[in-house]
Amino acid sequence: MIEVDNIHKSFGDNHVLKGISTRFEQGKTNLIIGQSGSGKTVFLKCLLGLFEPEEGKICYNGRVYSDLTMNEKRDLRQEMGMVFQGSALFDSMTVEGNVMFPLEMFTKQSKAEMQERVDFVLKRVNLIDAHTRYPSEISGGMQKRVAIARAIVMNPKYLFCDEPNSGLDPKTAILIDNLIQEITQEYNITTIINTHDMNSVMEIGEKILFLKDGYKEWEGTNKEIFKTDNKAVTDFVYSSELFKKVRQMYLEERN
Amino acid sequence: MNYLEAIGKYFIMIREVFKKPTKWPIMRTLILKEIDELIYGSMGIIIFISFFIGGVVTIQTALNLNSPFLPKSLIGFATRQSVILEFAPTFTSIIMAGKVGSYITSSIGTMRVTEQIDALDVMGVNSLNYLVFPKIIAMLMYPFAVAISMFVGILGGWVAAVFGGYAPSGEFIKGLQLDFDSFHVTYAFIKTIVFSFVIATLPSYHGFYMKGGALEVGKASTTSFVWTSVVIIILNYVLTQLLLG
Repeated sequence: MIEVDNIHKSFGDNHVLKGISTRFEQGKTNLIIGQSGSGKTVFLKCLLGLFEPEEGKICYNGRVYSDLTMNEKRDLRQEMGMVFQGSALFDSMTVEGNVMFPLEMFTKQSKAEMQERVDFVLKRVNLIDAHTRYPSEISGGMQKRVAIARAIVMNPKYLFCDEPNSGLDPKTAILIDNLIQEITQEYNITTIINTHDMNSVMEIGEKILFLKDGYKEWEGTNKEIFKTDNKAVTDFVYSSELFKKVRQMYLEERN
Repeated sequence: MNYLEAIGKYFIMIREVFKKPTKWPIMRTLILKEIDELIYGSMGIIIFISFFIGGVVTIQTALNLNSPFLPKSLIGFATRQSVILEFAPTFTSIIMAGKVGSYITSSIGTMRVTEQIDALDVMGVNSLNYLVFPKIIAMLMYPFAVAISMFVGILGGWVAAVFGGYAPSGEFIKGLQLDFDSFHVTYAFIKTIVFSFVIATLPSYHGFYMKGGALEVGKASTTSFVWTSVVIIILNYVLTQLLLG
């Protein structure tokens, strides 16, 4: 579980995060949504420890990040997995090399043990025949799956995903969403996804945090988002005719 | 102010490079890979340029020594001094600033653009140590490349002198041995080691702290080459004054 208490973050005169407090539950897919420039990426980077907030605190299963020593922060980082928007795979390494990298860097496992773990996670993300291929030789969807495999290979407690299905076709995007949700539940991970994709919001948003201009505007589940009358949320989520109809149908069904 | 800030940031980067080292088995592989990429991969161009520069130095010296009172051995002497003192260490370093420097900036810059450096940081890897330290160590092999450059440059001079009819082989070799001061070789290698550090770190700085996309990677490579060359030229002057002045 990650608890965020009143965090503020500025870059010079630009006050990006203006006192956000929330809680991300373990074993759930938590989504952060909002317009471009609302502070989603900065918020995610604060959660990752890449940016330190000027005010407020972030608590990882009881450990306050700002109170940790350098070594404790390093240990905490190893409990985190991250799936980047562009996958961020090391292009000089094969798929297998990419997934094995965290194990080689941070564990004392034998080559055979590492190989076994790599084979397991690649199988888990449905990549069986791609071990020796380079990132440039595989599709965008496969790259995302490799990125997920690399993120979970160390058995993380926290999984962060920055727009994991951007640039993917709708079918692959749903596969990636479902894979992330399955992994979250299977390994009881606290998963936080930064997304613009309304399909993801509807499908896997067990908890949704809506940011606007650096403030927390709304939070709830994917069921509650259908019922909310918060104008900022409805304007953003139901900006397309399709989603307006989906919402209407959902509400009519409930009535 | 911007320049001062950049200089400060460069030295902070250098300090970070030596902190929190990567596991030795991984570092060893990275160092060997960088030696292959930066040194072995540059040998062809170094040998090619050195051979012809040596030849040109010989021809120009021979054409300017047209007095019958000056011995032909001076051609070998002038070639040796020019190649050892200046052409092999400095000229080759400028070539390396272009070839290796732009490779370093563009490879690290591309990693920055594609979030690969962020991925290393998130994992808890000291990305500066992982990316820059192996390059610094690999570039310690650069003096060997410069030694080869010296040999090939003088060989090029000998070929030009003998086959161009500017000096007989015996005279040229006599000139090579004339008043030889071994400190000149030491001076050349001291310069080379300093330049190798600059070639490994300045382009890394430009790649690591670049912002933007693919276009900026190209711009960073050009800027890196310009600044690496400028720093090499300035350090060449300073070291020459300190060691030979």
